[in-house]
Amino acid sequence: MWLHTKTKNVLLLKKATMTREEILQVISKVFADTLDEDNIVLSESSKADDVEGWDSLTHVQLVVAVEKQFKIRFTAKEIQSWKNVGELIDSINSKL
Amino acid sequence: MQTFAALKKNLKKDYTGLVPLKLALLGDSATQLLSQALRGAAYDEGFDLQIWEADFGQVERQVFDEGSELYAFEPSIVVIFQSAHKLLGTYNKLKPEAFSLLADNRMDLVGNMYSQLKEKLNARIIYYNYTEINDAVFGSYSNKVASSFPFQLRKLNYRLMEFAAATPDFFVCDLSTIQNQYGKSAIFQSSIYINTEMVLSVDTLPEVAVKTLDIIKALNGRFKKCVILDLDNTTWGGIIGDDGLENIQIGSLGIGKAFSEFQYWVKKLQKRGIIVAVCSKNTERIAKEPFEKHPDMVLRLEDIAVFVANWETKVDNIRHIQSILNIGFDSMVFLDDNPFERNIVRENIAGITVPELPEDPAEYLEYLYTLNLFETVSYSGEDAERTKQYQVEAQRAVLQKSFGSEDEFLQSLEMVSVVEPFTKFNTPRVAQLSQRSNQFNLRTVRYTEADIESMADNNAYAPFTFTLVDKFGDNGLICIIILKKESADTLFIETWLMSCRVLKRGMEDFTLNTIVNYAKDNGFAYLKGEYIPTPKNEMVKDHFKKLGFREAGSYWQLDVAAHENKKCFIVKKSNND
Repeated sequence: MWLHTKTKNVLLLKKATMTREEILQVISKVFADTLDEDNIVLSESSKADDVEGWDSLTHVQLVVAVEKQFKIRFTAKEIQSWKNVGELIDSINSKL
Repeated sequence: MQTFAALKKNLKKDYTGLVPLKLALLGDSATQLLSQALRGAAYDEGFDLQIWEADFGQVERQVFDEGSELYAFEPSIVVIFQSAHKLLGTYNKLKPEAFSLLADNRMDLVGNMYSQLKEKLNARIIYYNYTEINDAVFGSYSNKVASSFPFQLRKLNYRLMEFAAATPDFFVCDLSTIQNQYGKSAIFQSSIYINTEMVLSVDTLPEVAVKTLDIIKALNGRFKKCVILDLDNTTWGGIIGDDGLENIQIGSLGIGKAFSEFQYWVKKLQKRGIIVAVCSKNTERIAKEPFEKHPDMVLRLEDIAVFVANWETKVDNIRHIQSILNIGFDSMVFLDDNPFERNIVRENIAGITVPELPEDPAEYLEYLYTLNLFETVSYSGEDAERTKQYQVEAQRAVLQKSFGSEDEFLQSLEMVSVVEPFTKFNTPRVAQLSQRSNQFNLRTVRYTEADIESMADNNAYAPFTFTLVDKFGDNGLICIIILKKESADTLFIETWLMSCRVLKRGMEDFTLNTIVNYAKDNGFAYLKGEYIPTPKNEMVKDHFKKLGFREAGSYWQLDVAAHENKKCFIVKKSNND
């Protein structure tokens, strides 16, 4: 809970100038929370197959959780398009 | 409200000891996440909800194929979710001349599905009504065009209500209300729908799951029976002891409108059978004054079953109210504007529901609406009489003190009981009592009206219903015994339940005499009883022993030839006397 709040604060402060590495860290936290898996290590090349618990069902939850975290909305096309975490970061970056 | 993520965490918890229930979920959209939300929310309510989920779009095939997995699963609850979006898809593909038949055709399907399900399963059906979509083809003018989609959708929701009103085991879960409360943009997310066939947003899943569980809980006898009101700043604005009768806010004074509307809500609850009690830190005489004299008060003393105003703690006073009403704390709702009192009551009385009322009284009602506290699965005319019966109970308690012996007191009550089998007139009340009764209930079998109707026509059963009238008033139908012909010489007591408000009147002995005489007259030698313990029915643990049954394994047996009628002061009457 405390960690969550902290991440949020960092976000509020740095939103405009977040680096890809910082976005990746925030996403990793969101994935860990949503999938209830503490040991998730994401990289830009991570795909659904590489991550325990990331399947077509949890994908919906992940999308919604990332949207909430960054206060953005993805288009239907974007949701379909990502081949890896790097491309997800592209989408986020374009909206910040 | 829990988040979906929190509900999902419940799925990993230990389900041992929870009440198992089998539920089939059939949807025309993707329902996997809804299924997880349902199971997770059920965990919080003490149910191990075992869900079988049809592949999406398989609703009709599963229902109409007699050899389907649905029937092999044998659920006790079937949830059907046909979405407004799929309905729109169906409508879009119709020839224009068929547009105006959409609602009727869908209702034909619903009716046929219901008949088929009831033929194959002993299950209750929960059907989600349709969230509104206005396709804006006609604008508001669609209200004048029977073939428009909004017209057909609303007609369909209306016809679902008509069908549900006439069909005891068919329950509509009001998805449309959820959309009204939270807005379409909250319950539906287009980008997810386009990608996944999911029509409910992730954030809405807990709302839908909880609303569905409200019905399932009520079907299992878990619903609210009583609301306890604080007075100052809850029932009216201001403090009666300080401000005086003229200055409390109710009606047109100050923000009195908020309290008037709140009172109208409580009054409607009272009229539909929810017991209203008052628990206030006040001097009793002063607290009662507005109920007696204030012209704008909606609630009057005759609406209040138990009125407690003193300077004791609210915890003690609520315990006192409970002892008079004889219902579980988990069926009570306590409304108080003071967070301190709320916390003390919440911490000291397990099970009671204490809503976190908003600070602004103007928001009380809208907030209470969202909680859906008073879900039910039955309604009968007798419900409205309940307040009077509890008030009379208080008078009886006073009278009892003035008699020397128990017998003299019972005799003075001039009690009469009408004994009848199931009839079309008492069916709703019988079903309802079987659902409400938790404490004096030997086997806690819940029956729907359809169950009761089918037993009434079945020679294998001998059902008895009992009313009780005394000089103070009519308690209505308060006891049910269902005997099942188990063998040539034995009648099994499938159900024996009684309303707790008629305890200690000799009703146990009277009903025993009645069924023993029935057994004798019809050539049976034994009555066989069973006690199935639940967390709430300990009071009847020794019921059969007290009445002279002998223990026989896990059952109890009474040799009817050896039974001598027990003394009691209740006169038997049948309705055609």
